[in-house]
Amino acid sequence: MPGPMAVTVKIPTQLRSVTGGEAETSVEDATTVGEVLDGLYERFDGLRERIAEDGDLRRFVNVYVEGEDIRFLDGLETPVEDGDEVTILPAVAGG
Amino acid sequence: MPVQALQCKECHEQYPLDARYVCDRCFGPLEVKYDYSGLDPDGARRKIQAGPRSIWRYSDFLPFESRPPAPLTTGTTPLLKADRLAERLGLREVYVKNDAANPTHSFKDRVVTIALAKARELGYKIVACPSTGNLANAVAAHAAANGLESYVFIPADLEEQKILATGVYGTTLVKVRGSYDDVNRLCMELASEREDWAFVNVNVRPYYAEGSKTLGYEIAEQLAFTLPDRVVCPIASGSLFTKIARGFQEWQEVGLIADADKQPVFNGAQGEGCAPVATAFSEGWEICKPVRPSGIAKSLAIGNPADGPYALELARKSGGTVESVSDDEIREGIRLLAETTGVFTETAGGTTTAVLRKLAERGDIDRDERVVLVITGEGLKTLDAVRDTFEAHEIDPSTKAFEALEGTSVRA
Repeated sequence: MPGPMAVTVKIPTQLRSVTGGEAETSVEDATTVGEVLDGLYERFDGLRERIAEDGDLRRFVNVYVEGEDIRFLDGLETPVEDGDEVTILPAVAGG
Repeated sequence: MPVQALQCKECHEQYPLDARYVCDRCFGPLEVKYDYSGLDPDGARRKIQAGPRSIWRYSDFLPFESRPPAPLTTGTTPLLKADRLAERLGLREVYVKNDAANPTHSFKDRVVTIALAKARELGYKIVACPSTGNLANAVAAHAAANGLESYVFIPADLEEQKILATGVYGTTLVKVRGSYDDVNRLCMELASEREDWAFVNVNVRPYYAEGSKTLGYEIAEQLAFTLPDRVVCPIASGSLFTKIARGFQEWQEVGLIADADKQPVFNGAQGEGCAPVATAFSEGWEICKPVRPSGIAKSLAIGNPADGPYALELARKSGGTVESVSDDEIREGIRLLAETTGVFTETAGGTTTAVLRKLAERGDIDRDERVVLVITGEGLKTLDAVRDTFEAHEIDPSTKAFEALEGTSVRA
C-alpha cells in the first residue's frame, strides 16, 4: 500500500530557531508549494511572520522545487509530487 | 572608528558585527551601520590625503576597529579624462574609472580585500564564493596571499581565461553544471551547513559589499572632493551600483563633499541576454522577475539579482535609468573604449560603454555634464568578444611585401 504523499523541505539556518533546530522536515498530503508552506506554518509557530507578508512570500525569500525557482514555475501554485525537495533560502546573497 | 553594528535594510533591526547577512525577523539584507557624528570633515580629509595608496586610505568608512592586515594592494585606480571618447559622443567631460587596474584586474579586489580581512578577524580559515568569474579570480588570489584555504564555485561554461586566471592560485575550483543562479543557490545551501567557511558574498556579504563604496570615494576624491553629474555603471547583482551611491551619500553627510544636496544621476547597464533590472525598470516594477541568462556579458549574468530592488530605487530616485544593450553593441562598446582611450575592457565594460553611447545618442545627457563611466574589468579576460573584429595583415619579411600591402588595403 502506498504511504501518504510526502515532500521534503530544507530549512535555512536563519529559520531554524522557529523549527526547533530542524534543518530538514517533511510535509504530507500537500499538492502545491502553497500547501507545503501552510503545513509548515501550522506546525511551526512564528514561521509565517518571518517569511510571508499579506499572503505572499516576502520579497527577500526564495523558494525552490527540485532546485528550480518557483518564480519560473507557478509560484505558490507550483505542484509538488511525492518525494520532491522544497528548499527555502534567503534571496540576498551573491553578486 | 565609527563602525557600529549590522542593521537590516528593511526593518532596521540591529545585530552584532559577526558573520550574518539576513535579518532574523524579516529576512531582509543586513548592512553595516556607522556613526559618523564624531568625524570632523577637515581631519577626515587630511587623514585620507595622508593615507596609503590603497583602499585603506578610507579606513574611517570601512567596517574595522583598526586597519587589518591585507597583503595585496587594492584600489587607487586611475580616473582618466577621456576627451576623445567624449568628442565621439558629442559630450564635453567624460571620465573613465579604470578598475581593471587592480591586483586581479577587476573591481572585485575591493570587495574581496574587505571580506577576507573580516573573515580573518572573525577567525575563519576557509573562504569560498559563487562567482561569474572576476570574483573567482579575486578570491583565489587574495586567499593565496592571506594563507587561507579557498573553494571557488563557477558556472561550468565560464570563459577559459577566467578559469585559468583562478586555478593558477591553487584554489579548489569547482565547475558547476548550471547557471550562476544555480551556483549561488548551491553555495547558500552549503553556507547553511559549513559553519566554518566564510562565503564572501553570502555569510560575510554585508562587509564584502562595503568594499564597493571605496570606488565611490575614489571617484569623489579624484574629482577634488566633488561629485560627478552622472555615473554609468554595470549592474549584475546591483550591489556595486548602489554602494557607489552610498559612498557619495556618506561623504555628503560627513561634510567631505561641500554640496550636500547634489544627487548624481545613476544609469545602470545590463546586456540584453540578462537584463532583469532593466526590464523591471522599464515595466515600472519594484522587484525583478528572475531570468535565465544568455549572451556574452557573462560577468553580469545574474538572473536573480540580490540588490535588484535597491538598484531600481536608486535609478528612479536619481533621475536615471537602467538600460540594456545587445551583444553586438557590447562588442562595439569594447572597441569604442579601446580606440578612444587605450583601455581594453571585458564584456561588462563594453556593456557600460555601449549604454553611455546609447544615452548620448538619445540626447539624455546634457552636453555640459561631467560623466563618469565605471569600467569594472579587463579585456584580456574575455578575448572571444573581440576575436574576428579586426584583421591582422600577414606578409613576408620584405619591404616589397609591406609596400604591396600598403598599396592595396592599408592606410597608415
